[in-house]
Amino acid sequence: MTNDLNVMVATDCGSTTTKAILIEKKGNEYRQTFRGEAPTTVEAPFEDVTRGVLNAFAELEELSGRKILDGEKIITPAEGDTGVDIYISTSSAGGGLQMMVAGAVKTMSAQSAQKAALGAGAIVMDVIASNDKRLPHEKIERIRDLRPDMILLSGGTDGGTVSHVVELAEFIGAANPRPRLGMTFQLPVIYAGNKEARDRVSAVLKDKTALKITDNLRPLLERENLGPARLEIQNLFLEHVMAHAPGYKNLMAWTDVPIMPTPGAVGEMMQVAAKKDDINVVGVDIGGATTDVFSVFDGVFNRTVSANLGMSYSISNVIAETGIGNIMKWLPFDIDEADIRNRIKNKMIRPTTIPQLLEDLKLEHAIAREALRLAFEQHKALAVGLKGVQKQREISETFERVATEETLIEMNKLDLIIGSGGVLSHAPRRSQAMMMMIDAFQPQGITMIAVDSIFMMPHLGVLSTINEKAATEVFEKDCLIYLGPCISLTNTGKHGSKCLDYTITYSNGNKIEDSLLLGELKVFDLKDGEKAEVEITPARQFDVGEGKGKQLVKEVTGGVVGLVIDARGRPLDLKGGKGREPLAEMLTKWNTAFDAYPE
Amino acid sequence: MTHAYTPGLRLSEKIQIRKSRNLPLPGDVIVKKDDIVKSGDIVARTNLPGKVHSVNVVNRLAILPADLRKNMLKKEGESVKKDEPIAETSPFIKMFKSICLSPITGNIESISDITGQVLLREPPKPVQISAYIDGKVVRTVEKEGVVIETYATFIQGIFGIGGETTGELQIVVDSTDVIVKPEDLNETHKGKIIVCGSIIYYGAIKKALEVGVKGIVVGGIRDKDINELLGYDLGVAITGSEDINITLIITEGFGQIRMAQKTFDILKHREGSMASINGATQIRAGVVRPEIIIPYKKDETEKASETIGEGESPTNEESGGIAVGDPIRIIRNPHFGKIGKVKALPSELRTIETEAKARVLEVEFSDGQTTVIPRANVEAIET
Repeated sequence: MTNDLNVMVATDCGSTTTKAILIEKKGNEYRQTFRGEAPTTVEAPFEDVTRGVLNAFAELEELSGRKILDGEKIITPAEGDTGVDIYISTSSAGGGLQMMVAGAVKTMSAQSAQKAALGAGAIVMDVIASNDKRLPHEKIERIRDLRPDMILLSGGTDGGTVSHVVELAEFIGAANPRPRLGMTFQLPVIYAGNKEARDRVSAVLKDKTALKITDNLRPLLERENLGPARLEIQNLFLEHVMAHAPGYKNLMAWTDVPIMPTPGAVGEMMQVAAKKDDINVVGVDIGGATTDVFSVFDGVFNRTVSANLGMSYSISNVIAETGIGNIMKWLPFDIDEADIRNRIKNKMIRPTTIPQLLEDLKLEHAIAREALRLAFEQHKALAVGLKGVQKQREISETFERVATEETLIEMNKLDLIIGSGGVLSHAPRRSQAMMMMIDAFQPQGITMIAVDSIFMMPHLGVLSTINEKAATEVFEKDCLIYLGPCISLTNTGKHGSKCLDYTITYSNGNKIEDSLLLGELKVFDLKDGEKAEVEITPARQFDVGEGKGKQLVKEVTGGVVGLVIDARGRPLDLKGGKGREPLAEMLTKWNTAFDAYPE
Repeated sequence: MTHAYTPGLRLSEKIQIRKSRNLPLPGDVIVKKDDIVKSGDIVARTNLPGKVHSVNVVNRLAILPADLRKNMLKKEGESVKKDEPIAETSPFIKMFKSICLSPITGNIESISDITGQVLLREPPKPVQISAYIDGKVVRTVEKEGVVIETYATFIQGIFGIGGETTGELQIVVDSTDVIVKPEDLNETHKGKIIVCGSIIYYGAIKKALEVGVKGIVVGGIRDKDINELLGYDLGVAITGSEDINITLIITEGFGQIRMAQKTFDILKHREGSMASINGATQIRAGVVRPEIIIPYKKDETEKASETIGEGESPTNEESGGIAVGDPIRIIRNPHFGKIGKVKALPSELRTIETEAKARVLEVEFSDGQTTVIPRANVEAIET
């Protein structure tokens, strides 16, 4: 089937809009050609997701001139200007997949279970562990109150603890939780723990829940085996959760491959992208209600979702979490705190409004920086190596701080940051998106920054499972917009002191040479695809990724914004101080360097 | 398509409303079809399962899990009193006997000979559902709940806090732009639902709480005053369960915004009637807005042309587009809160101040001035 795919249509049914794209084979390559969207129709009065899909198809038909529908039936296969060869879809409508996970030890099996659930595209509502310091009745009440779509229970290596796992199963049994959708159905529970506890867990839960047993996700302390649990989650998502959502039975019959949870599909695409060029990637999708962060480092994939960090529904929670002061520090103008608070709350209660005033846009960009920063911090805290593993250490390491909590995200080794979501993809100037991402993620060394042009990563993720070639071609040609490379210091020092000399040699032989002081930032013209050689010599105490005082010579490729040399130091320090310029002046200078906003 | 529909909040002087009143768990419905009910009448009740407590009996008695059952004095399903022995050891020398007492009054839920823990459950908690609105029971669903029908004035707010409450409606300002002061409120407002003007500050809310006002309906409020009232920063817009002894409904938004004249006029017209209000708001998939329902007495009832269904949140936020001449309200800066008429609906995208390209419309204000606003930043006003 995959060989004869010339015309493909894909949808992503989000909470608010259903986005359809058309991918066509043009000559020898696949390209994304048209896009249509319509409001999602999961809620009353329609309560049928397929209405929104049909409306999005109708817009696609209008724009492309291709007839896709015959009444309410998708025409297959494609012939001339009629029909498509395949229809695929992802979904996050109705709040996506909401899960609760449980494991014996919080930082071991419970954490592995959390990673498995997140990787499958779920929102993890809570992590219950034998050692999470909550009293049994508190755990039981929590399980009952949350009403997740499903529970993933793990615990114990194979041959390890049985009693802790059975105890957790007993709590779940006592809570007797009801699923969020479909009152009359039993709640799906996946058991992926110690295989020797299977019979006992089954005895406790089989009558009260729809129990599925799969391979232990932590069979040995040194090894995670998340694949089988992830697969089971996605199967149950279709069988139980989707099947009870309005209209999904029909939609499932229309698609040629199973519907994937949206974040699961984005994760697939991130992994394909990282594998193809053998690079380390961080991706972020900042939505109205949630922010997802994905990373692939040395081939290890991780995903986290910050369920209450977003730009509309959850905008107010960003302020509650970071504090209003952290938002105001990003604003290069004076504004009353009470006024900002009211503006943010008004956005929360009317989430579909858009900023019309430049001041409002800058405020949204300030909030986005903090939402991205917080979501990335949460990601770094979860994307860690396996805990409980004995490591051999050299004598020299004995005196170093033992980094058991070490995150896998090494900023200095990060090659590519991909941003998506309205505030990044639809920023009026691309340089605004680049600034937001640099300020929030604070890359170190050389990092390429890109945005997803029209949020088609979910579509491409599910496509990659059937035709990886088509997915990667469209990803590179139509999905990603490279904004440009950012070269940053990895440390900091005295503000205003000279920190680096640079030479940029363009492919036509032109050269730019100068130096930067700590706290400065410069953007150079380097067009999309254009190459240049960059030579950076940091001062003795400064580091651009090669070590203190060590020169960096690299060829870089440009993007639509250009080449950025960020000498503001890491971590980025926005506090004013003796001998430093007022913050508002610094922000204005950086904005001007990026030509980020109109005068 | 930058924006597919223009949400508007419901505002109807007389409309037929059907409200589902459902139990959280199956239970008993205690009214019959065609019964006439008052807002405070109980229509259904059930028992919520009690809290579960666990006791690790094996550790307490220093025995093995496998020996648990033979040391238990109570079996699964049996009832126990607080401090009653539930298990004990029987050693040769009685002095070494260990006893495990029940921490609660309730039932033995389960005994595990793997983990050695015994789960006990407290007695069930009764839950009652009231009618919430005066009306007639038009449908009963066995074990689940009822549907109550009434003719009423129905107004949706934009945001609220606090749950369901009822009280007599009283207007405490002369016009929509007036700010209610603490000294305007006194004992005569006890048990009432008061309607204020453009904004209410924390001082006046505090006074309202002191005198026993049940609910406040107002155009705007400052976020900072909500913080002060709740004692925390409201993060996610899912409200209704705050324990604040008052229900607050905001009709326009945050900041000082005069209440829409039509809303004020309708409320004024219904002054003195009993109103049922609910501040519960949920702004995400399955949007729920706060509501004000003011049922008509039987003698005032005429057939209304429209009906709002049995869903918890009657809403028309899916309603269609807007046309030239339609009245609209601007819901974002600049001109936030202003009301005007649609003068033109250009189809092409326009560049706005932020340099974003957006679908816009031209608005004409009552003084004849016009301006261009993104379509996403207006809402239709119900007529």
